[in-house]
Amino acid sequence: MIPWSLETVSYAGAIGLVVIGGLGLVICNHLFRMLLALAMAESGANLLLVLTGFRDGAIAPIIGYGPAGAPLVDPLPQVLVLTAIVIGVGVQALAVAVLVRVYRSYGTLDMRDLRRRMEGEIAAAAGIAAPGSAQAPLGQRPLPPVPDYELVRRSAPVRERGA
Amino acid sequence: MRNIASLVFSAGLLFLLLVIGAELALGYPDMRVGAEYLRIAGPELGAANIVTAILAGYRGFDTLGELSILFAAATAASLVLGHRRADARRDPPGGLVLSAGADLLFPLLLVVGIFVVVHGHLTPGGGFQGGVILAAAFFVALLANPARTLNHALLGWIEGLAGAAFILIGLWTLVEDGHFLTPLLPLGTMGELVSAGTLPLLSVAIGLKVGAELAGLLAHLADTEAPDR
Amino acid sequence: MLTSIALVIVVVMLVAAVLVLTLRSFVAAVAATAVVGLALSVLYVLLQAPDVAMTEAAVGAGLSGVILALALRRLGLWQLDDGEGVGLKPHSGRAGPGGDADA
Repeated sequence: MIPWSLETVSYAGAIGLVVIGGLGLVICNHLFRMLLALAMAESGANLLLVLTGFRDGAIAPIIGYGPAGAPLVDPLPQVLVLTAIVIGVGVQALAVAVLVRVYRSYGTLDMRDLRRRMEGEIAAAAGIAAPGSAQAPLGQRPLPPVPDYELVRRSAPVRERGA
Repeated sequence: MRNIASLVFSAGLLFLLLVIGAELALGYPDMRVGAEYLRIAGPELGAANIVTAILAGYRGFDTLGELSILFAAATAASLVLGHRRADARRDPPGGLVLSAGADLLFPLLLVVGIFVVVHGHLTPGGGFQGGVILAAAFFVALLANPARTLNHALLGWIEGLAGAAFILIGLWTLVEDGHFLTPLLPLGTMGELVSAGTLPLLSVAIGLKVGAELAGLLAHLADTEAPDR
Repeated sequence: MLTSIALVIVVVMLVAAVLVLTLRSFVAAVAATAVVGLALSVLYVLLQAPDVAMTEAAVGAGLSGVILALALRRLGLWQLDDGEGVGLKPHSGRAGPGGDADA
């Protein structure tokens, strides 16, 4: 069975973080919440990487830190994770910048809302029916140039303001 | 429906990963490259902290790539955020507690950051960690008083010069030794501040670059106008 | 002993991670991510990775939280449950559910 030790407990934590992060990415509808979930999944992956280098009874890879000749943990995953964390914060800042832009343009961060508006805009630009109407029963769909004017009117001033 | 499906999927993933974990030899890794690094890093580079030795010594090229990724991310974020509207309202200054705390924290964070950067080859730490702490030091002051702005031109210069220094050290070692970013200079005695050849120099360059990059990024983000409603 | 400490930390971390997804208030969710980062950095210390622990403490619990909090402010999500803004929020009489500026 699963042994009771530091590395198995940490492994459970890493897997838990990855799974919770992935779940959040799928379930949440708010873009900001998805960003938080993504950051957590990333942390879980980092923890998993550090864990691969951990050795039972070994000490940190610093010469002169412990007794001479003591086993040291694998330093290579630590180096990779070290840079990955800093890169992660840079990418997170980039994602935040994109979110700010999206919010300025559309005034919302809800995925469902955003998709509806973007599809409405695309449909309006192309001069065809908004895709939401595909849910209507077959044969009763609106004919082509009937864009969803309500959506277009609602999103257009917001876009103007952000520009 | 979609939520239930994703819950089931996540539960399956969790179960699968836990089963894999039960089979893994956790705690007894098969070290090959790592063992070799541990064996030769001390005598060859003269750095007590093997993580920094690998980061700046053996994998210096990799670190250069990471720095360029960070640079690209910061540049892209600035590009996406764009300029601030002239009439946008600024955040009000923080209260007494925040500003007094910021004044108190600034020198402490600065000293800790510089210590961590400079002692990267001796103690845990190095360019990346120290750079982040330095960025935080400059940002705390900005948080307390949003009307204050960081000098973006100066930050850009620091960042560019630090990045150029990193590459120049690499080119110099290329000329001297025939390999890009090979550690050169006398090693000195392990445990002293001036030792380990070019490692501390690279560490300082990384620290300055990361610090300036992140401080600039944070300042830009703080400078973005909030929605005025 | 060390294992028990690690277990406590992992439990705290996972609870905070679940809270990030379930808390309604975004300010609280950002605070919960900082808790996740802090727990992770302690876990890194237990796993004999002091360098990574320092980075995670500086980034995960500090810088990342600041970035996300700033983003909340810029995205109009910075509000407590009672709708009153705190600290950073410039108030001009109106306090209501922000988030979607459909106007």
